[in-house]
Amino acid sequence: MKAGVSLKKGIRRARSRSWIGGMAAGVIALAAGAQTPAKVEAKPVKIGLVTFLSGPAAGPFGVPARNGAELLAEAINGGKLPAPYATPGLGGAPIALVFIDEAGGPTRQVSEYRDLVQRQNVDLVIGYISSGDCLAIAPVAEELKKLTILFDCGTPRIFEDAAHKYVFRTDAHAAMDSVAAALYVVENKPNLKKVAGINQNYAWGQDSWNDFEASLKTLKPSVQVATSQMPTLGAGQYGAEISALLSSTADVIHSSLWGGDLEAFVLQAAPRGLFKKSTVVLTAGEPAMFKLAKQIPDGTIIGARGSHGVFAPDNELNRWFRRAYEDRYSIPPSYATYHMAQALLGLKAAYEKAQGGSRNPPTAEQIIASLEGLSFDSPSGTVKMALGKGHQAIEGTAYGTFKLQNGQPVLTNIKRYAAEAVNPPEGVKTADWIKSSLKRPGS
Amino acid sequence: MAEVLAVIIDGVIYSSWLFITALGLTLVYGVMKILNMAHGSLYALGAYAAASLGGRWLAAGHAPWGSYAVLLLAALTVGLVAGPAIERGILRLMYGREEIVLVLATYALFLILEDVIKLIWGVDPYFFSEPYGLLGSVELGGLSYPLYNVALLFVSVVTGGLLAWSLGRTRRGKMLLAIIHDREMSAALGMNVRRVYLITFTLGATLAAIGGALTSPTVAVAPGIGVEVVVLAFAVVVIGGLGSFAGAALGALIVGMVRSCAVHYLPQVELFSIYVAMALVLIARPKGLFSGLEPRRI
Repeated sequence: MKAGVSLKKGIRRARSRSWIGGMAAGVIALAAGAQTPAKVEAKPVKIGLVTFLSGPAAGPFGVPARNGAELLAEAINGGKLPAPYATPGLGGAPIALVFIDEAGGPTRQVSEYRDLVQRQNVDLVIGYISSGDCLAIAPVAEELKKLTILFDCGTPRIFEDAAHKYVFRTDAHAAMDSVAAALYVVENKPNLKKVAGINQNYAWGQDSWNDFEASLKTLKPSVQVATSQMPTLGAGQYGAEISALLSSTADVIHSSLWGGDLEAFVLQAAPRGLFKKSTVVLTAGEPAMFKLAKQIPDGTIIGARGSHGVFAPDNELNRWFRRAYEDRYSIPPSYATYHMAQALLGLKAAYEKAQGGSRNPPTAEQIIASLEGLSFDSPSGTVKMALGKGHQAIEGTAYGTFKLQNGQPVLTNIKRYAAEAVNPPEGVKTADWIKSSLKRPGS
Repeated sequence: MAEVLAVIIDGVIYSSWLFITALGLTLVYGVMKILNMAHGSLYALGAYAAASLGGRWLAAGHAPWGSYAVLLLAALTVGLVAGPAIERGILRLMYGREEIVLVLATYALFLILEDVIKLIWGVDPYFFSEPYGLLGSVELGGLSYPLYNVALLFVSVVTGGLLAWSLGRTRRGKMLLAIIHDREMSAALGMNVRRVYLITFTLGATLAAIGGALTSPTVAVAPGIGVEVVVLAFAVVVIGGLGSFAGAALGALIVGMVRSCAVHYLPQVELFSIYVAMALVLIARPKGLFSGLEPRRI
């Protein structure tokens, strides 16, 4: 009997405890739900996210990338992404973002990076649009042994001039843009004799022009270079350059100008008939084609630094990404936003692979081992970490020809290039590959 | 021959743009001895005001020709509001201090205004390109040039001429020259130096805003557009001699021609050609081409 009473009391106590516990858990869940999605309970993964929030690169790239990061982090935490990323968080752990402005140059960025790692104790860093910043950050990441994913910068030198353990780049390097542009031009301009260029006088512009010129020399050695204009970054006034390009009577003009420089160039060159006299290739032209739809003349060749934006494939992930971004920000995502998606989704894929089915947080070393050589899905198609000992991504790309159709900007004659056709193989430097092995597809 | 003509035309067009943007900087320095680092921000404010007002003007379906008046109105509004506000609100409190203190104050103002611009207009670019093509084009030496560029040249010559005339020929102008020469003596003779300072700074701010407004149809009006401009304007003013209007005109012409030659004949040196010219001038004349002798004060 006694035993029976004590048993009943015990059950009642246990019930009341579980009831109190349940209430408490509910309150905590509700409180958590007000700030972070209730589905995720593990310790957050703190990510330092560095992108331009001020300066000329903020509008075209930095802010769209930040917007993409915010959108994706919330969707990942809430488990709202389509497959294969439908599970909430990074293997159950929510993402917490710490934003840093990339403006101020490499020296400032190195101190910001040290602050993120050593004082704010982030678990990893995703960032950097400027090639100069990427080159400065990579050795510091190695020194501090902190997993760092470069998401947008272009220079091939990061992994061609050095080997890294802690540094990854989840978008293809810039050589792809110029190589594919040369392939497109050679294919579509059979009578091509003379080319000219206008590119900014720093790493990005110089590398872009050198790769384009070298690719053309390999694909069609008879092509002559009329002039290569190298205005200062942010010059704004291009009157003399446009005169020089008009005088050059080039069949094709190559330009990797971006942002405000590209827009000013289009505004000043189009009224002077440059786009009618020569076919202009804008390798980073996709973000401008919507803003300047009425100013960019038909026939201009446009690229998007990969299969992003208008070139992105019609898959479930891309449909979700475009719709969610447009619903929230009322404009379509630009290629910097797609690059940001590649970084976050690559991280999620590697993190969960490192967990190996468990819910335990993996170590940085385990994530690094998983990300090395990984292939993962993105809104732009499959990304393969194929170069730089598995640390540098390759991806396919595309070019198209601009046309204003019923007042809407569209691209016609779109040609797609497989990742392997426009990127060097592992262990070969881009410049050597372009000189020795670049081929026209099908030849 | 055609290329030489193109070099000269491009050089003159670029010079006229530089002259308009540099004039306000040299005026403020000449009279007030303030190297106004916020000049670029006033230029940017002019460009933003012109682009957003002009955009609204066209969106409302008004005549496109009116957009030129809107450009001017926007610049005047910025100059007449921001100029007195900055002079009365900030600079007035620092007169009499060392020049470097005022440089730091205007630099701080530049940083603040850059953020104010972002708060008001955001980071996305504004476009107001209609006035650029509205006047049509002219064929010179086989190359097409928008007449807007010729209009810019006209505006810079008229502005420079008006300023030179009003300084040399009018009573107020002569008073201004006296203040440039010796502020204390001018004040002792009964000139209202404070009032002259207010007018000068407002005029300088308006000139900066006009420079920005006139540039806005040719560029994407986006954060940071004033930064490159203030560096170039500074180079022009230093070559000419700080505070000299004739110097600013000659400095603009030298920079414009050097840049145009570099672009046409040796594009890879364009980046530093301007600064090589500046260095050469400063080696020969450390205070600029038109710097006068400084009287020794006792």
